[in-house]
Amino acid sequence: MTINEAQDEIIEEFQIFDDWMDRYNYLIDLSKDLEPYNPKYRTNAYLIEGCQSKVWLYAEMDGALIHFSADTDAIITKGIVALLIRVLSGHTPEEIKDSDLYFIEKIGLKDNLSPTRANGLLSMLKQMKLFGLAYYAKQQKN
Amino acid sequence: MLDVQLIRKNFPVLGQMVYKKPLVYFDNGATTQKPKQVIETLTNLYAEQNSSVHRAVHYLSSQITERYEAARMVVKDFIHAEKMQEVIFTAGTTASINLLAFSFGEAFINPDDEILISEMEHHSNIVPWQLLAKRKGAKLKVIPINEMGELRMDKLEKLLNGKTKLLALTHVSNAIGTINPVKEIIQKAHAKNIPVLLDGAQAIQHGNVDVHDLDCDFYAFSGHKVYGPNGIGVLYGKEKWLEKMPPYQGGGDMISSVSFENTTFADLPLKFEAGTANYPAAIALAEGLNYVSSIGRSDIAVYEKKLLTYATEKFERIDGLKIYGNSPDKISTISFLLEGIHPQDIGLVLDKLGIAVRSGNHCAQPLMKSFGIEGTVRASLCFYNTEEEIDLLCEGLEKIKQMFA
Repeated sequence: MTINEAQDEIIEEFQIFDDWMDRYNYLIDLSKDLEPYNPKYRTNAYLIEGCQSKVWLYAEMDGALIHFSADTDAIITKGIVALLIRVLSGHTPEEIKDSDLYFIEKIGLKDNLSPTRANGLLSMLKQMKLFGLAYYAKQQKN
Repeated sequence: MLDVQLIRKNFPVLGQMVYKKPLVYFDNGATTQKPKQVIETLTNLYAEQNSSVHRAVHYLSSQITERYEAARMVVKDFIHAEKMQEVIFTAGTTASINLLAFSFGEAFINPDDEILISEMEHHSNIVPWQLLAKRKGAKLKVIPINEMGELRMDKLEKLLNGKTKLLALTHVSNAIGTINPVKEIIQKAHAKNIPVLLDGAQAIQHGNVDVHDLDCDFYAFSGHKVYGPNGIGVLYGKEKWLEKMPPYQGGGDMISSVSFENTTFADLPLKFEAGTANYPAAIALAEGLNYVSSIGRSDIAVYEKKLLTYATEKFERIDGLKIYGNSPDKISTISFLLEGIHPQDIGLVLDKLGIAVRSGNHCAQPLMKSFGIEGTVRASLCFYNTEEEIDLLCEGLEKIKQMFA
């Protein structure tokens, strides 16, 4: 599945919700499905600190693809983190660095990623793309 | 007795729906909403009277200068200061404290001197003193708090010593609402000739503030937290201190004469008001203060205490809810957590229920650390809030408990 196919799938999933509580309940469900995070990487070195919730992000190359895992101490944030990982994990560095994440706005979560919210999510998204860029640059060098 | 429904009609913001729910505004600690009187004063002033203060001989300028100085008089009376020249307009509490930290620091702080603050300060009453201490080689000392969120008075005596040059203390905690026994503390400090600054940002809007009776040396507050506009605040200072302090910023309005060799400064209070004053905000602030006076500060305090009691009793019936800050002397601000639920999650869901609260560390990270937590949810209520709104909050919290169970 391409990054955009995954995004379109999420947009479709969220279309059935016309109430905010349903959307949040779904994010709470998604948070429970997030792949367990290796406690070894739950340290300051992997911490993306926001104002309110803490987000830890770990990235590694798995063959030609980047694999992300993450954890956070707030549940709704965790649900959104699960969505970001679902969309971006398992793609090539080039795909990640060039990706345009339009699904966030389409499902009404743009506010949660706005810089004023300062909850670490925006920083996480930037960091994911930076990993894409860094691994891409490394590949070009080799 | 307040007619709250009538009062609410005076605040245009309050009548709206958010996410198809009636707005419940419980973030008054961050900023209060503005009554029509304040909004109209600002609009009318720009439409009809705008002209720079203290500058020109023409009609508009003298009119506006008169109103600006009349606003200073309103502030003076509101805080029971003795003299007009003891009321300095600033951009807000933070600006007031920074002004003081610089000017008082230049005049009176030397290496190894101590500046005393408390564990419950807002960052705005920590960082300016930290910067000053670094600049001068002075030390910052801290009054600890107990588990109720009250100052440890038993530690105060020792902390007020021969090296202490200033006590900078919050009148009321922004994060947990504790009202500090400031009059008693000021007496203790003065017995050792130590001047006291009170950070009144969370006190001025909740009851009577009498700087003369308190005998504080300095008092700082913001306009936008006391039903006035943004970008205006006040630093009250006793004349005897202000006279000895050098100017903070240089520029227009604060000078008497300027040559390239030397400048002589204007008298108080203009010595500390460099640049074109924010006269529209000052004049609108006076309207806000007059509005508060017209409702009656004692009545406001009584009503808000009733709201606090009602909310506290209802909160105590919610399983797993813990209130942080349990002093019997509190403003109508309640900081709390629901067991096992991140404050941000609580804030996000309440928002979608139309309820505006603050979640996070409330610019008081050292205080949160002393409780061993990273943040809370803060509901800060004021006189236009109602018991029905508190019921809505409690229903929301029960719903959140189910969602995150």
